[in-house]
Amino acid sequence: MDLITELTILALAAFVGFEVISKVPNSLHTPLMSATNAIHGIVLLGGILVIGEAHGFLNKFILVIAIAFGTINVVGGFLVTDRMLEMFKARPKPNKDA
Amino acid sequence: MQLPIASFLTDLDFIHVLYIVAFVLFILGMRQVTGPKTARRGNATAAVGMAIAVLATLLTRSVGDYGLIALGIAIGTAIGVPAARTVKMTAMPQMVALFNGVGGGAVALISWAEYRHALGSGLGNPPLDTLIPILFAAVIGSISFWGSNIAFGKLQDVLPQRPIAVPGQQFINAFLLIVALAAAIAIAAGQESEGLFVLILLAAAVLGNMVVLPIGGADMPVVISLLNALTGLSAAAAGIALNNVALIVGGIIVGASGTILTNLMADAMNRSIPNIVAGGFGGGGAASGGGDDGEEKPHRLTDATSVAMALTQADSVVVAPGYGLAVAQAQHTVRELADELEKRGVEINYAIHPVAGRMPGHMNVLLAEADVPYDSLKEMDEINPEFPTTDVTLVIGANDVTNPAARDVEDSPIYGMPILDVDKSESVVVFKRSMGTGFAGIDNPLFYEENTEMLLGDAKSSVNDVLAAVKTL
Repeated sequence: MDLITELTILALAAFVGFEVISKVPNSLHTPLMSATNAIHGIVLLGGILVIGEAHGFLNKFILVIAIAFGTINVVGGFLVTDRMLEMFKARPKPNKDA
Repeated sequence: MQLPIASFLTDLDFIHVLYIVAFVLFILGMRQVTGPKTARRGNATAAVGMAIAVLATLLTRSVGDYGLIALGIAIGTAIGVPAARTVKMTAMPQMVALFNGVGGGAVALISWAEYRHALGSGLGNPPLDTLIPILFAAVIGSISFWGSNIAFGKLQDVLPQRPIAVPGQQFINAFLLIVALAAAIAIAAGQESEGLFVLILLAAAVLGNMVVLPIGGADMPVVISLLNALTGLSAAAAGIALNNVALIVGGIIVGASGTILTNLMADAMNRSIPNIVAGGFGGGGAASGGGDDGEEKPHRLTDATSVAMALTQADSVVVAPGYGLAVAQAQHTVRELADELEKRGVEINYAIHPVAGRMPGHMNVLLAEADVPYDSLKEMDEINPEFPTTDVTLVIGANDVTNPAARDVEDSPIYGMPILDVDKSESVVVFKRSMGTGFAGIDNPLFYEENTEMLLGDAKSSVNDVLAAVKTL
């Protein structure tokens, strides 16, 4: 893919991101942030792509750590977000208005 | 001999289609996070997208070393899963800071490995459309990693919350930035040197430390959001360097989200981002601005029984919680008190300031954990018009976000910061450990208002006493 195509995708995705995220209410900002933590764990893909062509111990070592970091983001982020959102779904209050 | 199906699976176009499916799922997932009922499904949707993106990448033909990939994933899972399962909700800000950090760290490491690979394979510097994103990812990733670690340290109380000031801070920061940029430009201009690349990583690392160290505890919600945005941007840059569209889209969505949150938080504190990064506010420094000359101003103390009486006679009660409530672990007791009052026909709502807690939306999570119903959590703009018709407002562990000086006193350091208008309610009870000043070290005129009473002591035991007294009435 050439640079211009990539920059086009980048710009459009930024606008989509702004549109979607700006609709998230304040009350859900902490889960939002931990979910986006999980999504930037997508750098994991970078580690996977590069490690195959890497040579030498240091390169491989660096990339194993990078993959581990990315995985921490992905699994940790999605799990902890799920834990939080589960609480938000909690029981509807029986007698809300007196 | 290769089966047709296998060659189809590893076809680049097919992998791209999977990437498209993945980021469509990210966006759909984030859309569902806009409401509490669909949010959990949204998170799961995004997770499915991530799984598809990872599988698609593993199908790529050039990918090898599956053993090491499995090792990295195993290590990450072994650390990430227990951390996510056991972290306390009060510690979420640290957790998010740490996750920001490892994300930025991963980006910095990948860009380093990619550059080493380019030099090591005798190809020399990669073409500029790859090299510039690599350099950008290295700088931002490294800043984000180290800055996040310092933020983690501060939130975890490993490092002091107070701003740590270094003389000539601004000059040092500017110098470090220039070093990093100069080294990056030298490489981009044709220097082939791993030493210069490591210099970039190091200068950015020290810069990350130096930028976050002087920022006080009260500004943490902004810092965490900003680091979140930076990590996202660095991931998007890595995506351009690696020609990976899933990384570009995923990274920029996070960048957009972090940017929105940073602006919201800065607005909620009436501070500009450069002002916060320049350092110094959230503790010390501003202390003299509020006029803290008189140690003992007249204020009225009250006791649990009187508060209980007032509460049971009220029609509407608003709770304005702050981080102090979370520190005292009083949220469950508050909810029990609210249940008890609701049984007696009192209407209870919670007034949530955008920066209540240590990160955006933190207070909502803490109250949700205590089973406080989502619908009774009101945002600032929603609850402020209700205060004049509120009988009793309980301010628990909150201070600066209720400070009327932000509205009325033009020379106050927090003037212009939007606040909860608790002072407009019929009566206010402030639950507070002592008469000391808040996080920002600014005196709060609310405490000396005629309709304000102070209930001093640990928030949890105070609320407990009130609860006990209510039960006897």
